[in-house]
Amino acid sequence: MTAAMTESQPSMAAQQDTLIRLQNLTVAYGDVVAVDGVDLTIGAGEILGLAGESGCGKTTVANSIMHILRPPARIAGGGILFRGDDLTAQSAEELRRHRWRNVSMVFQSAMNSLNPVMRVGDQFVDMMRAHERISKSGALDRAGELLDLVGIDRRRIRAYPHELSGGMRQRVIIAMALALRPELVLMDEPTTALDVVVQREILQQIRDLQAELGFAVLFITHDLSLLFEFAHRIAIMYAGEIVEEAPAARLRDEARHPYTLGLIRSFPSLTGPRERMTGIPGSPPDLSSPPHGCRFHPRCPHCTADDTALYRLQTTVRPVLRDIAPAHRVACHLVEQRG
Amino acid sequence: MTASISAPVEVRGLTKHFAAGTGLLRNRSRVHAVDDLTFALRAGTITALVGESGSGKSTVARLLARLYDPTSGSVLFEGNDVTSERSREDVLRYRSRVQMIFQDPFGSLNPVKTIRHHLSRPLRIHERVPRSGMDARLCELLVTVGLVPPEKFLEKFPHELSGGQRQRVAIARALAAEPTVLIADEPTSMLDVSIRVGILNLMLELKERERLAFLYVTHDLASARYVADIVLVMYAGQIVEQGPAERVLQRPLHPYTRLLLASVPDPAAGARERIEVRKGLASAAVDPPAGCRFVERCPLRVGICSEVTPELVAARPGHSARCHVTAPSPAIREDNHVESAHPALPR
Ligand SMILES: Nc1ncnc2c1ncn2[C@@H]1O[C@H](COP(=O)(O)OP(=O)(O)O)[C@@H](O)[C@H]1O
Ligand SMILES: Nc1ncnc2c1ncn2[C@@H]1O[C@H](COP(=O)(O)OP(=O)(O)O)[C@@H](O)[C@H]1O
Ligand code: SF4
Ligand code: SF4
Ligand SMILES: [Mg+2]
Ligand SMILES: [Mg+2]
Repeated sequence: MTAAMTESQPSMAAQQDTLIRLQNLTVAYGDVVAVDGVDLTIGAGEILGLAGESGCGKTTVANSIMHILRPPARIAGGGILFRGDDLTAQSAEELRRHRWRNVSMVFQSAMNSLNPVMRVGDQFVDMMRAHERISKSGALDRAGELLDLVGIDRRRIRAYPHELSGGMRQRVIIAMALALRPELVLMDEPTTALDVVVQREILQQIRDLQAELGFAVLFITHDLSLLFEFAHRIAIMYAGEIVEEAPAARLRDEARHPYTLGLIRSFPSLTGPRERMTGIPGSPPDLSSPPHGCRFHPRCPHCTADDTALYRLQTTVRPVLRDIAPAHRVACHLVEQRG
Repeated sequence: MTASISAPVEVRGLTKHFAAGTGLLRNRSRVHAVDDLTFALRAGTITALVGESGSGKSTVARLLARLYDPTSGSVLFEGNDVTSERSREDVLRYRSRVQMIFQDPFGSLNPVKTIRHHLSRPLRIHERVPRSGMDARLCELLVTVGLVPPEKFLEKFPHELSGGQRQRVAIARALAAEPTVLIADEPTSMLDVSIRVGILNLMLELKERERLAFLYVTHDLASARYVADIVLVMYAGQIVEQGPAERVLQRPLHPYTRLLLASVPDPAAGARERIEVRKGLASAAVDPPAGCRFVERCPLRVGICSEVTPELVAARPGHSARCHVTAPSPAIREDNHVESAHPALPR
């Protein structure tokens, strides 16, 4: 349990063994296309970070993989393959088994979702017994082990949620997500509501557990700065599309998409000169009528009428993700032109 | 006591204790949520109050906003002790000068009222403009906080705005009273990272243009470095380190400040040490015994740490810390030779 936070090399296994493959996935809420033609893979044992501003479709991606979309949401196109099997073609019973066993999820603001009048241990037992044949005492034993694993005294199994701090509740939720030993854990903004110290403790712990147990993680956040240290690979999402994808260290040092660069320039640093930052002007588009061409063009500093040919491309033709280096893909006309 | 124009607000020995526990579990124990704080908020200065959740930051903000009465100590406004002022007029006058901005821009705005309503209310209550000048002033306020064109925003409801825009409305509302002091309690923590910078820049502009005295409460040290002139680090109800922002954040004295710094995600930082996961903050401020409140989590602790309560000592000019090892008082240094007992601090 001593893997340093800074070892961010993707394991070779991750590259060989694809766990999840999203193929041209499109998800709509009525007229709102929240996820539009997303291609993304998650390797076994890999931590994939998914970053972007609120409203870009990150949670919708996770809900699709977990297969818990509810009307008005529907998969309007494409597929979700788990170890090669298309989930969109599976029966309700198969999907029920898929959830929590293959893939589990830590929901956005999950720490407030524990049942306030039920002891933590009983909530574990209920969840486990809904998915596998296990005795109550067996389930409680496992719950105790899991609490140990996330650094909570196992006697806390008798605690009620309000007796735990926010950070402890979030750790309980993470322990529950690990209970059925899934191969992939989806974490939707798991540390957003927590202060820096607790956030760092939890990230460190997820990293340790991941190294020990070997599950893969899809880690969703609007705070890209977290991912550079924590993720193996990072995908950037904007207005329903993936606009850039690269290994974490490469994205930190050689990001190319203007949106990614804008995100990177949005967080002040503790080191280096103290200089004024601009952030990204404007806000993400309303997805019921996204901008034509490149969806980022209304906010992009490189979209000016100076270069007429480029401007026409930016405002009329949707850029597609292209490899610019091994494992580094970018969807941007300018990057494509300049190479 | 001389009126100090450059420091509109000063607090001296400010203290707030609460009964520990809740409901039936309430007992005789006391949480020393804020313990003997002394500092000043100067005009044209942003003072950041940083610490983990539970360290007492919001209680300080609430004491300054006069939402709580202190257990002891005083709050001076322009040199006058306001702690004992209780008449409605006095409180209203104080509140118009010392305004507060909260964490959740949605929770603090009434969903069924327009932006016009939210901004004109303080103008009327504090009688800041005649009725005829109302519209012009409303627009001016919106422009000040970067909501342009202002006419577009006046008739909107809070849910029609983004999180960042709502926080700007909350700031405009605070400015309507023409305060000299703004207390902002985690004003950006509910906002997207990309929007935070805009709010931080707005704070910098207001500080420069309006010469406001700002107290910026946050657990985000990188944003504190970005905006603050002065940093106060709080742990378990006490200020454990204070000084010019760049000194405190680049050459921290207190082990707790170092822990906070090590926790910040910082892509530029390269390889970093693991932080020790330790507990104890929740109990450190409950009936605290003599000694350092950080002792259970401290990697540098020595024998006296659990016996003698460290004082705030200016170890460097204008930069003080509450630590026997990194900022020993002369007496402690003589008696214990602590300086030779610990290895040189990295960083
Ligand atoms: N239940 C819903 N009904 C209608 N639209 C929705 C619903 N949930 C999300 N959306 C829309 O889908 C888009 C993506 O939302 P979401 O996946 O939650 O993004 P993120 O997690 O990145 O903030 C948003 O623009 C939002 O308006
Ligand atoms: N109204 C209250 N009643 C009892 N205890 C309180 C109250 N407000 C705060 N506390 C306690 O005081 C301590 C400091 O809390 P707070 O000022 O909210 O810290 P922060 O804002 O740094 O998270 C905590 O232990 C908290 O539980
Ligand atoms: S395609 Fe053009 S508008 Fe879009 S991100 Fe690239 S440079 Fe900006
Ligand atoms: S006084 Fe002792 S325990 Fe407290 S911070 Fe300093 S070294 Fe650590
Ligand atoms: Mg989301
Ligand atoms: Mg607080």
